[in-house]
Amino acid sequence: MTPSAATPPRLPVARPPTAWQTGANVVFRGLTHAFGGAVVVLLAGIVFEVLRHASPAVSKYGAGFVSGSVWDANRNEFGILPEIGGTLYTSFWALLLAGFLGVTLALVLSQGFLHRRYEVVMKNVVELLAAIPSVVYGLWGIFVLVPLLRPGAAWLNDHFPNFPLFATRLSGPGILPASLVLAIMILPTVTAVSREAMAAVPPRLAAAAYGLGATRWEVIFRVTLPTASGGIFGALVLGLGRAFGETMALAMLAGNAPNFSWSLFSPGNTLAALLANHFPEAGEFEVGALMYAALVLLLITLAVNVVGSLIMVRATAGLRGLR
Amino acid sequence: MAPPTTAGRAGNNLHLSLGNSRTLLDRVLTLLAIGLSLFALFPLLSVLYMLLVRGGELLSPSLFTELTPGAGMEGGGIGNAVLGTLIVVLIASVLSLPLGLLAAIYLAEYAGESKLGTLVRFAGKVLTGMPSILAGVFAYALVVVTMGSFSALAGGVAMSVLMVPTVMLTAEQALRAVPEKMRMAALGMGATRMETTLRVVVPTALPGILTGVMLALARAAGETAPLLFTALFSDYWFEGRLGSPIASLAVLIYNFSGSPFPHLVKLAWAASLILVFLVLVLNVGAQLIIRRPQEF
Repeated sequence: MTPSAATPPRLPVARPPTAWQTGANVVFRGLTHAFGGAVVVLLAGIVFEVLRHASPAVSKYGAGFVSGSVWDANRNEFGILPEIGGTLYTSFWALLLAGFLGVTLALVLSQGFLHRRYEVVMKNVVELLAAIPSVVYGLWGIFVLVPLLRPGAAWLNDHFPNFPLFATRLSGPGILPASLVLAIMILPTVTAVSREAMAAVPPRLAAAAYGLGATRWEVIFRVTLPTASGGIFGALVLGLGRAFGETMALAMLAGNAPNFSWSLFSPGNTLAALLANHFPEAGEFEVGALMYAALVLLLITLAVNVVGSLIMVRATAGLRGLR
Repeated sequence: MAPPTTAGRAGNNLHLSLGNSRTLLDRVLTLLAIGLSLFALFPLLSVLYMLLVRGGELLSPSLFTELTPGAGMEGGGIGNAVLGTLIVVLIASVLSLPLGLLAAIYLAEYAGESKLGTLVRFAGKVLTGMPSILAGVFAYALVVVTMGSFSALAGGVAMSVLMVPTVMLTAEQALRAVPEKMRMAALGMGATRMETTLRVVVPTALPGILTGVMLALARAAGETAPLLFTALFSDYWFEGRLGSPIASLAVLIYNFSGSPFPHLVKLAWAASLILVFLVLVLNVGAQLIIRRPQEF
């Protein structure tokens, strides 16, 4: 629409788009769709690549790979049972500790214990805990945590040598320091997600309990925690997913030993640490086996994360009726 | 929600006293909870203290200008690792930022509740929860096996896989926070969807988008597992070849932490100090951007 010569030209404040603009718009629209789809392709590509490289080992070793307990690249004998055990065992201890501390921290951060200002400071400090790279925690674990734990571990081993958890000496890296560092690393996840679940509890439920004369902790134990329990459980499952996949701290602190022991002070190994320790120098056959191990890790973490997300969705849906 | 802390004067029943077992239990649990919270922060303080004490020992300009020393040798620095980390993060950014940002625009502006949108969001969440070492396995299979050698490019690919979901999901949130009326106003003026997005929505959401980008960069810079068997390590300066191995701070810390030579361990602490400093600056920067008050 060009202004005619008779009327003065008006400022083109509002006008329909030109053909060029419409064309660019269509291209842009297509481009964003393509990039959105590319993210799905990326995920599919990861699964496909791991599957493709793992398939020779999968067909060669079959299910025996998961139940075998020898990892010997010279004899082409591969099994990951000790690593699966180590992954579950270290994650169990880490989740126990991080679950307890994380839920406590979430309560302190959400139930009005602190002045609003300190609440924000404390929340940022917990987030800082997540910002420190895991390799730095590993370094700290080797040079600070292990020496710190050694006297206590030696005392426990001397006095309770028959108790399975304390059956060996802590010579250096081991299950206990690995689990402790793992706990530090999943603490921020557990805290943040369970804090959200607690904050989602409708305030009038707590107010009603206060009105009946309940003390703060009576409200927490009988109203807040039961109501938020679904979300807290989801937080623990998501924390578990992180623990299964955490690599560096375990590669540095678990001890890289191809066997499983119930003792907290003996060295062990995990799936992720196995990949980190063996991949750089692996020959052709070992790479295949490692890809198989990566596939197992991928499936486990995928399952745990999907279950965790579903629990979170259900937990928030369950609270809807209370609003 | 603040509980009633001051006792009413009306009757004894409302009086809070530690003689009352319920009140006593309440106070004990409060103390316990706050004590445990402080205990949980002990590792952070200890890590920061050790970094300053042991990492600060070697801090000098030559740390940044010299190459990593060989086993058993004194002197040297971590210059190649500092530069290497920056280069790998740069490669990862080039690969992941366009993908993450355009996918975020798709999710926030076009996807709605469509099937593809739900699928993309699901893929993003799965990628966020995926162990970082699997990104390394992917880059190993895709780049290292194909090219036949460990390389800076493989390291960048592995890291970009980790950055994409963070960038995408945070940018989507930021774009969604832009009020609908701003889009309506732009469209009403005759702007196309593209112009509305690029000239109104994205600039408005920029602080939030930048926060996500910085958090993704911070995460990438500290990641070690995906670099171990993709970028590997190199004792030399980066010579512009993306197809050869490259040093990084994270892998240096891992390699030197197990070294029997005290000097190399000291270098690992110095590298940790620099890496944590870098990561914290990015994190605090991200926090400052998002805190800036915005008015619509």
